[in-house]
Amino acid sequence: MGMAAESQFHVLAVDDSIIDRKLIERLLKTSSYQVTTVDSGSKALEFLGLHEDDTTNPSTPCVSPNNHQEVEVNLVITDYCMPGMTGYDLLKKIKESSSLRDIPVVIMSSENVPSRISRCLEEGAEEFFLKPVRLSDLNKLRPHLMKTKSKDQHQKQEKQEEKSAFQSPKQQQQEKEEHQQQQQSSNNKRKAIEEGLSPERTRPRYNGITTVV
Amino acid sequence: MEVGQMQRRLVDYTKSLFMEGFLDGQFLQLQQLQDESNPDFVVEVVSLFFDDSEKLLNDLTMALDQPNVDFKKVDAHVHQLKGSSSSIGAQRVKNACIAFRNFCEEQNIEACLRCLQQVKQEYYLVKNKLETLFRLEQQIVAAGGSIPLMEMGL
Repeated sequence: MGMAAESQFHVLAVDDSIIDRKLIERLLKTSSYQVTTVDSGSKALEFLGLHEDDTTNPSTPCVSPNNHQEVEVNLVITDYCMPGMTGYDLLKKIKESSSLRDIPVVIMSSENVPSRISRCLEEGAEEFFLKPVRLSDLNKLRPHLMKTKSKDQHQKQEKQEEKSAFQSPKQQQQEKEEHQQQQQSSNNKRKAIEEGLSPERTRPRYNGITTVV
Repeated sequence: MEVGQMQRRLVDYTKSLFMEGFLDGQFLQLQQLQDESNPDFVVEVVSLFFDDSEKLLNDLTMALDQPNVDFKKVDAHVHQLKGSSSSIGAQRVKNACIAFRNFCEEQNIEACLRCLQQVKQEYYLVKNKLETLFRLEQQIVAAGGSIPLMEMGL
């Protein structure tokens, strides 16, 4: 299967405009990313497994271990100007969360306001794109994705599992055998999950959220 | 009409839309994102733009018809319309929205009403032009031809 290397990267795109969601989804898909789109900051947090109540007390961990993020997200790209939670608010919530803060965040805005741009960058945004976003802008995402990828060995492992879920059964079998050779006695539970569940079943369903693979 | 003639007509018509400023380079970006896996991408996005714009124009008409106009609300609607028109490359609608927003800030109701008329006029013009464009494309496809790719170096 001639899959591009980037296809394992999963991007969560947040925009209240359906037109802009269509556009960013298509842009990302053309660049071989896996894309999920949501129409608000709160739905984005829900998808990331962070619930609003968790952030009220910053001293407690935001996500309990057994409530772990179901679908790994490698990057969040969000519109700045949205009703309710703005892209800036979403950025802050992500950066305040111990479990999410390593996810790179990119802000998009139709307005070129220097103070807004610097505020977002200071808060930890990796990039600020002026709308409409173009294909050439998306080249700037790759370095941020590569950075997080090499950062965490554990994350890499998770990604391996997710990848295998999208391969043909034959390939999966092959990979599984390799996998078993590598870590023969290590994690039985993980193996069971790999064998028993289809990707659809491990994913919670959300209203108004579409995942494009 | 033979296919070659229809294709030339489509190219000339598309060029005229750029020359007259109805469309800008962003529309070419949309066309670039359309491929065999997504053959109706442009029509889909532009249809969403039509639906969204008509809703916003309705909301604007109502908002400006109130005894006490909420200019923040008006500005929010115009901001959305400006965003979506710029996302599909409807340049003249976008420009009309920029002028409109300045008068929202001034809270100038007369000027806002004039701008609303202007935006409506530009919107219906570009809608008409885009529908004609899509019709020409459909005729070419129906006659077994392919849509010529635009390369305009914008």
